[in-house]
Amino acid sequence: MLASLRQLFKYRALISSLVARELKARYRASTLGVVWSFVNPLLLLLIYTFVFTVVMPAAHPPELQPFALFLFAGILPWTWFSSSLLESANVLIAGGNLIKKVLFPAEVLPIVSVLAGLVHFCFGLPILVAFLIYYRVPVWPTDLLWFPLVVLVQLVLTTGLALLVSALTVHFRDVRDLLANLLTLWFFATPIIYPISQAPGRVRQLLNLNPFTHLAVAYQDVLFRPGPFTQGTRLLVVGIASALVFFTGYFVFDRLRDTFAEEV
Amino acid sequence: MSIRVRDVRKVYRRYGRRKQFATLKSALLSGSVLRDLHPDAVFEALKGVSFDVATGRTFGIVGRNGSGKSTMLKLIAGIGKPTSGTVRVDGRVSALIELGAGFHPEISGRENVYINGLMLGLGRREIARRFDEIVRFAELEEFIDAPVKTYSSGMYMRLGFAVAINVDPDVLLVDEVLAVGDEAFTHKCLDKFAEFRRRGRTVLLVTHSLDLVTRFCDEALWLDAGVAKVQGDPKRVIDAYLMDVAGQENRELAKAGSRAPGSGMREEPALSDPGARIPDPGTEPADMFKAAEGRWGSREAEITAVEMIGVSGQPAHLFQSGERVDIRLHVRANQRVRDFAFGVGIFNAEGVCCYGTNTLIDGGVAGELAGEGLVVFEIDGLNLVEGTYKLDVAVHRQDGVPYDYHRLLYTFRVKSPRKEAGIFRPPHRWSFSGGIRMSGL
Repeated sequence: MLASLRQLFKYRALISSLVARELKARYRASTLGVVWSFVNPLLLLLIYTFVFTVVMPAAHPPELQPFALFLFAGILPWTWFSSSLLESANVLIAGGNLIKKVLFPAEVLPIVSVLAGLVHFCFGLPILVAFLIYYRVPVWPTDLLWFPLVVLVQLVLTTGLALLVSALTVHFRDVRDLLANLLTLWFFATPIIYPISQAPGRVRQLLNLNPFTHLAVAYQDVLFRPGPFTQGTRLLVVGIASALVFFTGYFVFDRLRDTFAEEV
Repeated sequence: MSIRVRDVRKVYRRYGRRKQFATLKSALLSGSVLRDLHPDAVFEALKGVSFDVATGRTFGIVGRNGSGKSTMLKLIAGIGKPTSGTVRVDGRVSALIELGAGFHPEISGRENVYINGLMLGLGRREIARRFDEIVRFAELEEFIDAPVKTYSSGMYMRLGFAVAINVDPDVLLVDEVLAVGDEAFTHKCLDKFAEFRRRGRTVLLVTHSLDLVTRFCDEALWLDAGVAKVQGDPKRVIDAYLMDVAGQENRELAKAGSRAPGSGMREEPALSDPGARIPDPGTEPADMFKAAEGRWGSREAEITAVEMIGVSGQPAHLFQSGERVDIRLHVRANQRVRDFAFGVGIFNAEGVCCYGTNTLIDGGVAGELAGEGLVVFEIDGLNLVEGTYKLDVAVHRQDGVPYDYHRLLYTFRVKSPRKEAGIFRPPHRWSFSGGIRMSGL
């Protein structure tokens, strides 16, 4: 497994090229091109803001202002997380030709999905900054140092799950459908459209078992809640858990690797 | 030693019906995830193959479809692992298995060259250095910045080939890819292989083009159903392989023949069996030469079995052009007959009568036919060009009314080392005089 990881490092140029290709190819034929990377999260955000401030304004506590920013702090990373996992579920089967015909470390494919998602996430950040300026929300200077750390933890967690999901899908195609539904449930089980403080005690304990809860809370702390970052311990624990998920995912992937060429 | 293959077995697992319809949910519910990962049936693609390829040699692997050639190549390329045994390859390997496997249709040829090169293990700088050479080799100078989806399949393959060959491997694995381009491109590929050889690189070639193997390879291996049959001098290997293919064709023709009534071995009971293909006696078609295969006649006399005997002295279905062949008709008279003649006709695959005669035409005068007997039609030289032929045999009255007519029921093949045109091959010789010089004839 360590040897595989070392080999993976040798393929970093390939990974970066594939990520670039992924982004280029996605928008090649569209008129707006890369602008979609900005427009997509913006539209999503407008829909949620409309629903929660116009249609059902009572659904969230009134002190949570500006609510659009609160939503954005959670939805943007969630979109990265869920789209990466959904794509990873497909990626080995779609790339079957490569796995069967070219000697090539298969884990590159799900990793590329996750990294392409990260790039889209980064494209969403300018919009976030625009919101921060528009609402004149003060960002605590040290929070800016915490932000990349939160992103890193999410990257590790997402990659681990992506490896697991992509490897399992090769053997059980229904993981794809299962995953789509699981992600919907997962979205609502994460304090993204509601603050965790709103959840009743029993439910909150359950929510705390969800690693993405802590990531969402951390993003909200950095981007929304005034004052210095208070989630250091949480982040450390989630970071360790994410590393475990990553190694588990990589281990499973590595074990199933030799079966891919025959199964896809 | 560049490639060392030791006792390699490769077992493909085939999952049975149960697994196909099993879902993750049912697997989880019944706790059978691990059990479901065990196969119901296995297919052994390679059954313990060993061989070595010395550095700098060009090595050919031949064999029928499904004999395990491509599997072997993939194992050497490192795509997949042998179930047991070892494969060791020294140096950088490049496999021309599926050209352009990693191309993305939406982006330009240029970008695809970079990504494909990275996939094959080149560095960015190496690709940049070889880029022009790759594009020139693929003859795509004008189109290299167009998206690959606009390429023709030939352009696509050429680009894939150009990238793979420019990886500059120590060991090049080639799987039946020379059919990608036009004549000129094929020549260029062959030149490239020759250049590889000169530079002392190892080439492993899997192909159905036996000609290529005899011309290019220093050594060859014949794989048959996952077993290494013969290895060594290409000529010897190819000959052994061709012999086996011919033998199999012979057996298949025999099998096809035995489905017809009354053919093959004489103890075959097919005759008494009124099979669907045998029309009722007396339903003689209006125009016999246009009739489809079948059997008819009034059966006062019958042909109970037909054999063709070549130089081997054994019943056969495959003959060399010009070979001596005996057609043997086993005949039984169900009642004493005085008015009779025997006939033989040879037809080619298009249904053209190549030759037909009978004892009457040849001047035979019928005496008596009673009990059992054997008719042998001896052909001193089967002077037909290569192809598949069918045989008519009959015993009939002198006015042509059949006792037993077998129409196109027996198939045989004629093989020839030369590829002449036409049907008939008259025994011939060339000679020259005057200012004409020619050798080899």
